[in-house]
Amino acid sequence: MTASLTTGQGPATDEQAAFMAALDASAPRKEEPAAAPEKTVGVPFLEKKVTLSARHVNVFYGAKQAIFDVSIDIGKHEVTAFIGPSGCGKSTFLRCFNRMNDTIDDCRVEGEIRLDGEEIYAPEVDVVPLRARVGMVFQKPNPFPKSIYENVAYGPRLHGLFSSRGELDDLVEHSLRRAGLWEEVKDRLDAPGTGLSGGQQQRLCIARAIAIQPEVILMDEPCSALDPIATAKVEELIDELRRKYTIIIVTHSMQQAARVSQRTAYFHLGRLVEVDRTDKIFTNPAHELTEAYITGRFG
Amino acid sequence: MSKKRSPIKRRAVREAVAANLERRHRRDRRLRRMGLAAIVIGLGFLAFMFVSIAVLGYGAFRQTHIRLEVNFEKAELAPDGKVDKKALAQADYQRLVKRALRERFPQVRKHRLKRQLYHLVSSGAGYRLRDLVLAHPRWVGSRRKVWLPADDDVDVWFKHHGAGARLTKAQQEWLASLQERGEMRTFFNSDFFRNGDSREPEQAGILGALVGSFYTLLVTLGLSLPLGIAAAIYLEEFAPKNRWTDFIEVNINNLAAVPSIVFGLLGLAVFLDFFGMPRSSPLVGGLVLTLMTLPTLIIAGRAALKSVPPSIREAALGLGASRMQAVFHHVLPLAMPGMLTGTIIGMAQALGETAPLLMIGMVAFIVDVPHGVLDPATVLPVQIYLWADSPERAFLEKTAAAILVLLAFLVLMNLAAIWLRRKFERRW
Amino acid sequence: MSVTLLFILLSILSLVAYWLGRRTVLVMAAGNHRRLHSLPRHYGYYVAMLTMLPALLLLVLWVSLDQTFITKLVVAELPPALVPDSGARLSLLVNDIRNLAAGNPGSGAVDPALQAAAAHYRRLTQISHLLLPAAVLLLAVSGTALGLKLIHPDHRARPAVERVIRWGLILSASLAILTTLGIVLSVLFEALRFFHQVPLADFLFGLEWSPQIAIRADQVGSSGAFGVVPLFTGTLMIAAIALLVAVPVGLLSAIYLGEFASRRMRAWVKPLLEILAGVPTVVYGFFAALVVAPLVRAAGEALGLEVSSESALAAGLVMGIMIIPFVSSLSDDVINAVPNALRDGSLAMGATRAETILRVVLPAALPGIVGGVLLAASRAIGETMIVVMAAGVGARLTANPLESVTTITVQIVTLLVGDQEFDSPKTLAAFALGLLLFVATLLLNVLALYVVRKYREAYE
Repeated sequence: MTASLTTGQGPATDEQAAFMAALDASAPRKEEPAAAPEKTVGVPFLEKKVTLSARHVNVFYGAKQAIFDVSIDIGKHEVTAFIGPSGCGKSTFLRCFNRMNDTIDDCRVEGEIRLDGEEIYAPEVDVVPLRARVGMVFQKPNPFPKSIYENVAYGPRLHGLFSSRGELDDLVEHSLRRAGLWEEVKDRLDAPGTGLSGGQQQRLCIARAIAIQPEVILMDEPCSALDPIATAKVEELIDELRRKYTIIIVTHSMQQAARVSQRTAYFHLGRLVEVDRTDKIFTNPAHELTEAYITGRFG
Repeated sequence: MSKKRSPIKRRAVREAVAANLERRHRRDRRLRRMGLAAIVIGLGFLAFMFVSIAVLGYGAFRQTHIRLEVNFEKAELAPDGKVDKKALAQADYQRLVKRALRERFPQVRKHRLKRQLYHLVSSGAGYRLRDLVLAHPRWVGSRRKVWLPADDDVDVWFKHHGAGARLTKAQQEWLASLQERGEMRTFFNSDFFRNGDSREPEQAGILGALVGSFYTLLVTLGLSLPLGIAAAIYLEEFAPKNRWTDFIEVNINNLAAVPSIVFGLLGLAVFLDFFGMPRSSPLVGGLVLTLMTLPTLIIAGRAALKSVPPSIREAALGLGASRMQAVFHHVLPLAMPGMLTGTIIGMAQALGETAPLLMIGMVAFIVDVPHGVLDPATVLPVQIYLWADSPERAFLEKTAAAILVLLAFLVLMNLAAIWLRRKFERRW
Repeated sequence: MSVTLLFILLSILSLVAYWLGRRTVLVMAAGNHRRLHSLPRHYGYYVAMLTMLPALLLLVLWVSLDQTFITKLVVAELPPALVPDSGARLSLLVNDIRNLAAGNPGSGAVDPALQAAAAHYRRLTQISHLLLPAAVLLLAVSGTALGLKLIHPDHRARPAVERVIRWGLILSASLAILTTLGIVLSVLFEALRFFHQVPLADFLFGLEWSPQIAIRADQVGSSGAFGVVPLFTGTLMIAAIALLVAVPVGLLSAIYLGEFASRRMRAWVKPLLEILAGVPTVVYGFFAALVVAPLVRAAGEALGLEVSSESALAAGLVMGIMIIPFVSSLSDDVINAVPNALRDGSLAMGATRAETILRVVLPAALPGIVGGVLLAASRAIGETMIVVMAAGVGARLTANPLESVTTITVQIVTLLVGDQEFDSPKTLAAFALGLLLFVATLLLNVLALYVVRKYREAYE
């Protein structure tokens, strides 16, 4: 024993090894939340009324993996909220549903995503009709530097959805009404869209998206650049739109997720930790990471 | 909020999208192809230009020579019997060349034909002989076969296999005979790099223009580097935000876009006319080019200074340095590589500039290689312009060759700038 | 004593002054640095500056102005009968005197009065050459003395030195203004003299340009035709052809590189295209005159058209190639400045790349692109070598690009290269053309910079 200690070459005793192992194991358990599970907990899959279904989705930026084996169903005509700490990959995952990740040079998506049963990453799929079916609203309002009218008319013009000026006028008016903006802008349709207030701009972007009657609307933190009053209006609008559209909303505000969504998915470091009905997630989360996030232990 | 039904059904949207899809993708592909075509056009022209200039010019790096058996007769070279350097330097070597030609073609007797015969060899052949004899004094009194530079028309005839040269029938027959016996061949054209300009294309070289360009750039560099750095430092580090500073900035931006020829007019009116500086001198050329390149240097210098993070300044100031010390001891050394890169690019611009130098008389025909910034001189681009204007066919080749030399220098300078940028590139 | 030698002497004196200043103040402070207000070397700089700067200023002024001054003195001394009334003959006379003074007698008998003037000139030059080093060195030494007298341990040497440096920096920066002023004044002054001889209206609205006539008739005055309209139309035609080539090619390549090309391709193609901007204009001129013009001509003749060997088309084509990188890099800048959020917004609506570019990106970037095109136009109008080498010299009022036309810059070069007689309307006309060119390009630049800046503000 003495000899082995002084030379430092003998095998460590059993007690020593056990002690070291205990040290190793105890450290993360005490100071960090547990690692995300391999399998998502909660209810990721639905029996019926499924609009979008993702299975084993992995996303890479070059060599770096951003999304790890995510599988989830998105229910028809309901609002699904993606929540999680920033950098957890929820926006990246959202952009898989209308293949906006294609615009990033070294981004690669694996796995399958189906829209009404059709694989959207199949080689023969054209992104143009896909994106016409899956609209998107961005974090920062991004109206085009055109008139309010032309902003809403952009989609119908692209896809050739009208045969007369009157039809287009109807379409624009209808979209603006649905977005709750009509009364505010009906007298200045020719004014530039960029001249509106932030909340109005975001509702204009929503009007622009619904002008082509998409089935799904993806919303990437749509209220993060807005003040509380504008946020309330947009949230009201989302609830309103749910009757006709399937909506996925990424948000960093848990209150917002609780207010507008029916289901909530919690992401952590590129993994989907838990999916369930929103009231269930917020009252009785099944995973301790979800609980830690919801109770504000990190974010 | 109105709850009325949408004026258009989802099915209708999907059908409309599908119906127009093919046409829209065709348009997309068309724009992409047009863009690619534009790039191909641009790069194609670049390649076409370089290739055509190289094809036109590569020949000038070789020069046709004719082998003649020259009799270095003592009586001719040293008439008064003394074979010394002075006598040898002053002898009439052109006579030897003529005699050698007559001996090679003894059948030529008519005076008119003899003159045509003499024209086969460059009028500079005598100087070549003199140099040879001065280098080998033992040759005096012997017969030797030497290669002598041919006339420019012969050069063109030989390189282009008889096409396009202004030679008489008799001359072509003689040349054919020379060629048959292997008494014509080309050598590396060292004259091109050793001589100044000349009216005779086969004797014209670019050394004078190169040296002129060197002196001109020296003046430009010596003035524009300190002035450019000083101006950039002032504007970026010290200038208060006021109308005067704005005015300076507007002026710099505008000067960067003023046509270069206007700078030439300025040089003519101010430096030559008002200050009475010597015409055609690298000094005036350098002054004009300094004024022209300063805006480029100032803009590059400011960008370099801007890229040094403010934390460096703050750290120096925090330790009690004055603003001047902070800038000169800490910021400037860090910005220096960027400034030097800008300077090299500015110098490359100045090296290629022609128009303003025409205005200040650097377009004169100057044979001598300049020895200072006050000597009359020309520069490489102006030499190119002068030769391009010459009627002799042989100058075409020389012009293209001079362009190749100019481009080689520009490539070197730009590579240096790229190297400098890579070496000192810093990400803060 | 040569100026170079004088300069070297001055530098040595300044070094000595630096050393003296440093030492003096250290001696005063009894070697204790802490008693000094500034570092010892600042006192050295201070004395060295007082030594160098005034003397250097004197040297430069003297050298650049002594000839003008001496000439004035000599002319003033000339017998009144000899002094000609026109400026042109005066400059000839001065030339004669200078030649005589340098020891090159002209042809023919020399007027004794002229001889006397030459001797006077020579004498004054000699005096100047003797006086110059004496004055400069005296000033330098007194500067040193003054500096040594001024410094003491409490003297605020560093702020003083820094103030001088600061003024040096300000002066360097103001050189840009001085240059602009120099351009405006020199061009304007000569142009005004031209308008004394040729009325402004004739110049601006005249339909005929033939400056040679004035020379042939050997008469100073208005017998030549100096109507600038054909030059202007020629310039505009060539610039228009150049823009017709450069704008589509440059814009489309910027679009391709910015929106379609992979990162690797962009990294290769962009620098390659920019080579086009680095090629000297004289090279383009050679290429235009000796390669493109014959090709254009052959092509035209194959089609049964009559093409001049100096056609506007050839010059314009090559100029267009030269401007391509100019348009493409400016367009690239403004296209890049369009926020990606707009592209994403359009793509997410199901737009194709092309639709996004044509309906969103380009309209948003349009002001910037227009600014870039204006800058390119100003480039094309001011470009000299290509047109000097590939366009004609004969002024022709035509709209046919296959004919030869001439431009403002070509005429400036033709009028000023070769033997000039100053003050002839022919020479002065070049300055009037220069003024026209300067004003035209200035307006275009100011407009372009304004448009571009307005556009940048919109996205920042």
